[in-house]
Amino acid sequence: MNKILELNNVNKIYGTEIKNQVLYDINLSFEEGSFNSIIGQSGSGKSTLLNIIGTLDKATSGDVLIEGKDIKCMSANQLADYRNRTIGFVFQFHYLLPEFTVLENVLMPYRIQNGKVTRDMIRKAEETLKLVGLDKVKDNLATKISGGQQQRTAIARALINNPKMILADEPTGNLDSDSTETIYDLLRNINEEYKTTFIIITHDKRIAEKADRIVEIKDGRINLDLRK
Amino acid sequence: MILGLRIAIRFLKSNKGQTLLIVLGIAIGVSVQIFIGSLIQGLQKGLVEKTIGNSSQITITSGKDENKIKDYEQLVEKVNSIDVNISAVSVSSDNAAFLEYNGNSQSLLVRGFKIDQADDIYDIYDRITEGSYPQNENEILLGIDLKENYDLNINDKVVITTTKQKMTECKVVGFFDFKVSSINSNWGITTLETAQKIFEAEGSITSIEIQVTDAAVFTTDDIATVIKDSINRQDLKIVHWKEQNESLLSGLQGQSISSYMIQVFVMISVILGIASVLAITVIQKSKQIGILKAMGIRNSSTRYIFLFEGFILGLFGAILGILFGLGLSLAFTKFALNPDGTPVINLYINYSFILLSGIIAIIASVLAALIPAVRSSRLNPIDIIRNN
Repeated sequence: MNKILELNNVNKIYGTEIKNQVLYDINLSFEEGSFNSIIGQSGSGKSTLLNIIGTLDKATSGDVLIEGKDIKCMSANQLADYRNRTIGFVFQFHYLLPEFTVLENVLMPYRIQNGKVTRDMIRKAEETLKLVGLDKVKDNLATKISGGQQQRTAIARALINNPKMILADEPTGNLDSDSTETIYDLLRNINEEYKTTFIIITHDKRIAEKADRIVEIKDGRINLDLRK
Repeated sequence: MILGLRIAIRFLKSNKGQTLLIVLGIAIGVSVQIFIGSLIQGLQKGLVEKTIGNSSQITITSGKDENKIKDYEQLVEKVNSIDVNISAVSVSSDNAAFLEYNGNSQSLLVRGFKIDQADDIYDIYDRITEGSYPQNENEILLGIDLKENYDLNINDKVVITTTKQKMTECKVVGFFDFKVSSINSNWGITTLETAQKIFEAEGSITSIEIQVTDAAVFTTDDIATVIKDSINRQDLKIVHWKEQNESLLSGLQGQSISSYMIQVFVMISVILGIASVLAITVIQKSKQIGILKAMGIRNSSTRYIFLFEGFILGLFGAILGILFGLGLSLAFTKFALNPDGTPVINLYINYSFILLSGIIAIIASVLAALIPAVRSSRLNPIDIIRNN
């Protein structure tokens, strides 16, 4: 299978005077359409890794190649467009825009890309919201729904531009186990149906075991890389 | 850009109290500017009107000793067609003389007018408080002060004595009140023909007096130059009100400058207000900006959000400010009245000035939004994501 993402000798050091190295020579690649989980204790550097993969953060040294292209050679606008078209983010905290309704939040990545929203697109957003079971609250403000619903809204938002890759940082971190199960089943279905690549950070072992591959990060290094 | 506008509107709507406060701040700034501007312009207009509104603004006199202009008919015709801004042209034959009545004697400036023409400048008909204007030979219109001083009445006969000791008996046909005592006690108005006859100056006049339209009051010097060039007569002298009223002009100028200063400082305080509030908005909305950037919004689009916020705030502030300003002006002219019911100061409502104030406020608001806009574009999404 094609490698959608490749990390070569990635180091990340925070701070300039007091240096704090978070990642040490990470070499990692992900295949297109795969469903991967990253586990590790808090502070191990897994979120930093995900942010670097998502081009939100920059590696101190080393290369990040996305579809064979080095992100260091991309301009700020190219990176923004790339994030918009190729990556869907689901963060631990939902990060919805409180000024907008559920439907508007879901459509936001499309709006960023195209400016205007077509009728078809609204229909698609509504279908996606149905998929995550939110069609009844689509016109509520993002702050006027429950935590689980907000997280599912964020997932629907991540899906709207048909990204090649979805990066999720503990998407079920603050949800109960039933909701967790539902959301993982949902992500898995999407993975199978649309061949979307998933990279999911979790500390829930049960969930991690459902993935095709488990990468464990310990103290900024890859401790374990298991494939099914 | 459309996205920036949408988000800007939504941000402003979601924080109605704050939005209203900024709009009010801008509106008050704009209204003060409009009010002060209208006030100062009104004051200046009133002052100019009172000072030179009923006098000759450009005067052509003879440069020679004998002080006489002959062949004036063609000259008047020519002057009339020189500039569209010339609103009135009147000829006069002015001569110093003595007025004698009932054993009293005083000096008098006898002014011989073509009454209809002179009325365009001096509003003679409106200023007659009693009687009528001179129509026939040896009729004279005198100032109200003379009536009081000498107990004169209509149809009384007065004697005009020229410097050459020629005496002429004239009939008083009426009294005028120019609201200026030096005129009320020193002028005698008669017809041009009478004046020419009394002073033995048939076929000649002493001056041509010209008034210009309101819009051209401050460019009379230019018009005077044009007149000078086009009549091209070395023997004639042309003076305009600006050289005769330098102190008034410098007073007006001082007033204008202080008015501009006030307006500039009002505008600066408005700009600072908007800039500081918008700077806070960037911090308030930094989470949203971070999310949008993670979703791939370009830095230019986040800049538009704040520029549009500035524009919208400026637009509504300007509209509201214009309404406030007009309201304030109206209230001022309605309630600050003289005992006789006329407003103390006539405000000058200049629509282009008001429009300009509004446009300046909008531009200033957009400029004030520049700093927060640039700040928003520098915001790094990872700082928001990492720090939650």
